[in-house]
Amino acid sequence: MSYKQAKWKEPLLVEKSHKGRQAVSIPNIEFSRKISQIVDSNLPNNILRTSLYLPCLSQLDVVRHFTRLSQMNFSVDLGMYPLGSCTMKYSPKLANRIVNNKSLSELHPYQEPKTVQGLLELLYELSQYLEEITGTDKVNLNPSAGAHGELAGVLIIRKYHQINNNELKTEIIVPDSAHGTNPASAAMAGFKVIKVKSDKEGLVNISSLKEIVSERTAGMMLTVPNTHGLFEKNVKEIISTIHNVGGLMYYDGANLNALLGKVRPGDMGFDIVHINLHKTFSTPHGGGGPGAGPIGVKKDLIKFLPIPILSRDKNGVKFDYELPYTIGRIKSFYGNITVLIRALIYILMLGKEGIKEISEQSVLSANYLYKKIISKNYAPAFKNELPKHEFVVSLSKLLEEKEIKANDVAKKILDYGIHAPTVYFPLTVEEGLMIEPTESETIEEIDQYARVMKNIEEIARTNPEKIKQAPTNTSINRIDDVKANHPKTMQYNWNNIKKSLKND
Amino acid sequence: MNPLLPNSDKNITKKMLDYLEIDSIEELFSDVPDDLLYKKELKIPPAKSEFEIERIIASKLSKNQITNTNFLGGGMYSTYVPSLVDELVTRSEFLTSYTQYQPEASQGILQAMFEYQSMMCDLTQMDIVNSSMYDWGTSLAEAIRMAIRINKKNRIITFRNTGKDRIEILKTYSEPLGIELEILDYKNNGQIDYEHLQNRMANDVSAVYIEHPNLFGVLEEQLDDVSALIHRKDGLLIMGIDPISLGLVKPPGEYNADIVIGEGQSLGLHLNYGGPSFGIFAARGDKKIVRQMPGRIIGLTNSKVYEERGFSMIMQTREQNIRRENATSNICTNQTLCVVAAAIYMASLGEKGMRELSNSINIKAQYTNKLINEIDTFKNKFEAPFFREFTIEVTNKKHTAKYIIKHLVKKNVFIGPRLGIWFEELENCFNIAISDIHSEIDINNLVKHLERIQNEL
Repeated sequence: MSYKQAKWKEPLLVEKSHKGRQAVSIPNIEFSRKISQIVDSNLPNNILRTSLYLPCLSQLDVVRHFTRLSQMNFSVDLGMYPLGSCTMKYSPKLANRIVNNKSLSELHPYQEPKTVQGLLELLYELSQYLEEITGTDKVNLNPSAGAHGELAGVLIIRKYHQINNNELKTEIIVPDSAHGTNPASAAMAGFKVIKVKSDKEGLVNISSLKEIVSERTAGMMLTVPNTHGLFEKNVKEIISTIHNVGGLMYYDGANLNALLGKVRPGDMGFDIVHINLHKTFSTPHGGGGPGAGPIGVKKDLIKFLPIPILSRDKNGVKFDYELPYTIGRIKSFYGNITVLIRALIYILMLGKEGIKEISEQSVLSANYLYKKIISKNYAPAFKNELPKHEFVVSLSKLLEEKEIKANDVAKKILDYGIHAPTVYFPLTVEEGLMIEPTESETIEEIDQYARVMKNIEEIARTNPEKIKQAPTNTSINRIDDVKANHPKTMQYNWNNIKKSLKND
Repeated sequence: MNPLLPNSDKNITKKMLDYLEIDSIEELFSDVPDDLLYKKELKIPPAKSEFEIERIIASKLSKNQITNTNFLGGGMYSTYVPSLVDELVTRSEFLTSYTQYQPEASQGILQAMFEYQSMMCDLTQMDIVNSSMYDWGTSLAEAIRMAIRINKKNRIITFRNTGKDRIEILKTYSEPLGIELEILDYKNNGQIDYEHLQNRMANDVSAVYIEHPNLFGVLEEQLDDVSALIHRKDGLLIMGIDPISLGLVKPPGEYNADIVIGEGQSLGLHLNYGGPSFGIFAARGDKKIVRQMPGRIIGLTNSKVYEERGFSMIMQTREQNIRRENATSNICTNQTLCVVAAAIYMASLGEKGMRELSNSINIKAQYTNKLINEIDTFKNKFEAPFFREFTIEVTNKKHTAKYIIKHLVKKNVFIGPRLGIWFEELENCFNIAISDIHSEIDINNLVKHLERIQNEL
């Protein structure tokens, strides 16, 4: 279990800069020199720039700088990354090669549709598969991320009630275990957010829900399985409760990985669904993005979808802008295209059987790991729970007995060359660690993860200080977040460093 | 066994089931009501090999038409992505990592993001930059929402010469806020109408949004006065920019812009039919403004014990994961990898390269513009300074802009967008945009085809 992350004392670009250097040449520069003899630059002096600073480096400088930085960055390709609710599965390499194709990468969004038919056919095919998988009638591929899809979804709910002249519908219900994006999206769409509590089993408290639901309820956003990793076994009752007051049900697809091919959100009764292609469909997370969050809706809601949507007729595939009650545009063009193509490749690699096996295998892995690690120190968050693709353990005992926080344990995990679980989320579990192994990891990797957790438990017993000092094997020891965020010491650009270099 | 499902081998699955003391995976779904289980076969083809998939997709993509003589504009431009940008940004350590919730294990990409923020500050002469919005349009929507939070006013003024798609996104995002959006006309030369703005500007205006260059490629000449006017009335100036223009034209910070947004694609990203790219989002360092910023921001700090330099996400109390319904935005997943590409690109250019690039594009655009105007049928619609992109009117009634665009596609020359899709009065106009990739041959080719159309008449 020995690991040491690369550590380069890599200076900032501004500190490596040597005026006059340039790492790349500009295309067609001779031509522009030639014509500058015969045409004027035609820009008045008062709108021209006088001084400009950018760091100046050689090509090898740039290559080494970013290669070194990459070595100080943990990733799925380096080791297990069981960040709960993020579904950090392996991203197949085939997709990397395919999205380099110039017939994709050099397409301009304002090209005539007939010049991009090959691409549009692929996107149409993807949207059909996503409709099939989610049990919805029409998928729109525009949203760039899950939260972007959520916003589109709640704006649809808003428009739906507006069209029905139902001005009373001002509230969206969100469970206390929901991702922060749910209440944030609902608030952006102008709704009042009403929180519903979880019950002792970690599920939506049905009796609380019934108290909260009223004629003001515009809809409810629900993640299934929820962020405790548990299937909302009363989902039908939840949905009928909302439908009975004329509300719409929104499915947050963050945890769709657990249900792929087994349960379709549309069949459960959800009206609007988003899918995180960067989670469930393996597109790489890119250090925080780009992702894609397509949304699917039931038939009656198609007319509200953002524009444009894809349609196909005898002349080929085209974008449709004529939706009578569209919420409007949410994206400059059509979506994060290469992310969409990566997801299509993944679906083709798995096929109809494999899609179903993803959820089965991810749930099997999670339960296997769960049973391996639960103890009094890693306590199940809820009694008699049956995890799906992820689970949450509470480290309250370690805090109580050893003054070790969940965050300390997370930092210690990093020292073993594996990534920490999600910490302190959901907010419903004290000292929570949320663990999602995914179906990508071999049983050996999962066993190793369990051993690490046990090892840390042992260190907590014998030498708790060691855990509070973690991490020590990463490229830097624990970061000072207080200094990072204090108004007097906060630095969000390199201006101070640039100034001190000038003074030298 | 599917290569992506390593434990689906029967023996391994059995071993895991045995450990769980159950007979089948189905038992792990026993809490799902039976009538919710999907028992049919998905209408998806059976699994294919890598080899087959590569062939199928390559064959589909080969139906697309690409060309070096791509003069399309409207915010995105075909551009040369240097080999080192593609190679470095697709390193799997960057590509397959996620948001830096554990900064100690993610220093590399955090530093790259911080460097992007810093270089974008230098380029725009603004104080703070976030680590991306989805695109220019969503940057605009978030900028307006931010302005309203800052000064609690709800009138917004903009102009008809700004990107239509962006204004559409703004309308979608701002509908729940009930803002009053006033869109003023442009002058005959394509610039904003300063006098009209003087009449409409009042103390109840939250912000004015101006693009420089605008949808017609036109640059403004009176921005100092405009900025002073807006600030005199306690409004905010939001500017939309083309980052490549900033090697040549005065940066928005020097006009005292409060918020600056733009499209990041031309900073070393492939077109990819419109995405992924990223939305630039910068602001002035005023505390009141900073705490209303949307999106992730990376800060420089140090480690606790040895005080070594380090980086982490800062001011997270603005964000949805902490602040929930009171967050400044719902954004979580963003376009991080695209700003890493932009950081590599800007660092590769350096100040000399950035100036050369802007100058070269400008000179080539002036040259192309001159040659096209020498053809009788084609004339500049707007007589004003422009950067890289310009609007041409078809003055001969025999041919329409629509016909010409479609005709040139057959000759493998792309021009546009056609402005008739957005403006009645510009029915017979189209844009032509110049980028670094356009050579003498490409430009001559374009001009030759336009001359031929003239000769057909």
